[in-house]
Amino acid sequence: MQLEILSPEKKVFSGNVYGIQLPGIEGSFEVLENHAPIIATLGKGKLKVIKDKNSSELYDITGGFVEVLNNNASVLVESAKMID
Amino acid sequence: MSGQLKEVRNRIKSVTSTQQITKAMKMVSAAKLRRAQDSIIQMRPYAMKLQEMLSNIVSNSSGDMEMPLAEHRNAERILMIPITSDRGLCGAYNANIIKLTKQTITEKYASQNAKGNVTILPIGKKGYEFFNRYGFKVVDNFWNVFSDLRFENVRNAAIYAQDAFLKKEFDRVEIVYSQFKNAATQVFKVEPYLPIPKIEQKANTKTSDFIFEPTKEVLLKELMPKILNTQVYKAVLDANASEHGARMTAMDKASENANELLRSLKISYNRARQAAITTELTEIVSGAAALQG
Repeated sequence: MQLEILSPEKKVFSGNVYGIQLPGIEGSFEVLENHAPIIATLGKGKLKVIKDKNSSELYDITGGFVEVLNNNASVLVESAKMID
Repeated sequence: MSGQLKEVRNRIKSVTSTQQITKAMKMVSAAKLRRAQDSIIQMRPYAMKLQEMLSNIVSNSSGDMEMPLAEHRNAERILMIPITSDRGLCGAYNANIIKLTKQTITEKYASQNAKGNVTILPIGKKGYEFFNRYGFKVVDNFWNVFSDLRFENVRNAAIYAQDAFLKKEFDRVEIVYSQFKNAATQVFKVEPYLPIPKIEQKANTKTSDFIFEPTKEVLLKELMPKILNTQVYKAVLDANASEHGARMTAMDKASENANELLRSLKISYNRARQAAITTELTEIVSGAAALQG
C-alpha cells in the first residue's frame, strides 16, 4: 500500500510499503494492505515502516494522526526523527 | 577648482561602494527568498491533509460538535500577534505591519484598548522592539523565531495563544502578517485566529465508513490545535518570504538610485574637470600672448 509521512517542514517518507506499526493513543497497532478506512490519533512513540520482509525504518514521533483510505495511508506528525 | 574635483571623486567612490553593498544584499535576499518559498511549498501537503481529515471527521458526524476553541465570547480582552522581521532595510515592510496593528487596535478595539485590555505577542525583533518601547502590554517570550525558523519554535507561540484563550485570558486572538504574493507584492492583512470560525458541514461529500480511534470527539479535540499550529506556522513562513521579497525590491531600488546618483555625479565631475582644463589653457594662451606682446 501507499504510505506518506508528512510533517510541516517536509515530506518525511513517501513510497510503497508492506505495513506500518503505529503508536496509537490507546496502544500500538498495525496497518496492513486492505485495511478498513480509519482515522486515528497517535501518541508519542515509535513508528515502524515495514517496507518488506527484511527491511524497515524506525521513526520517533511526537504524536499525530493517521488516515487510511483505499490502501492509501497518510501519517501526519509534527515532528519525526529517523532512528538508525 | 581641484579641491572640488577631489570632493566629487570621493563622493563617487563612496556611492559606488554603497551600491556594491545594496547589490550584494539583493542577491542574498533573492537566494533566501527562494528557500523561503520552498518551505511554504513543503508545508502545503501537510496543511491540506489536515484540512481533509477535518472535513472527513465533520462530514461523518451529525450535529454540532462542542469545541472550546471555537467558543465565541464577548471581545473583552484581545491578543494581537504581529509578525515582523528581525532586520531592517526592507523598505516599508515592518512599518506597514506595525501601522496595521496599531490601526486595528485604535479603530476596531478602541474601547478594549482604553481599558488596557489589548496585549501584544510580537513575533520578530522589529515589532518586539517597537511595541516594547511604546508601552504596550507585551508577551515577550516568543519574538525570537526567525534566527532559527523551525516549526517547533513557532508552535510554542501558537500553543501559548491557545492555552491563554482556553483559560479565558483572551477572548479574541488576531494575527497581523503579510501574505506573500510575489517578490514585489505583499498583502498586509489581519487574520482572525481564535475563536475558530464554525466549520461548515459540506453537503454531499462522499462519506466513507471510517473507523475513528478513539472517538470523533477526541480526534477533533486533538486535530484542532494542530491545525491552529499550522496556521501560525504558515503565517510566519509567509511573513518570512515577504520580508525577503520586500528587501529584494528595496535593495533593487537602492541600487537603481545609486546608479542615477552616480550618473549625475559623473556629469558634474567631468564638468568641473573640463572647466579646470579650460582655465589652464586660457592661462597658458594668454601668458604666451603677453610674452609675444
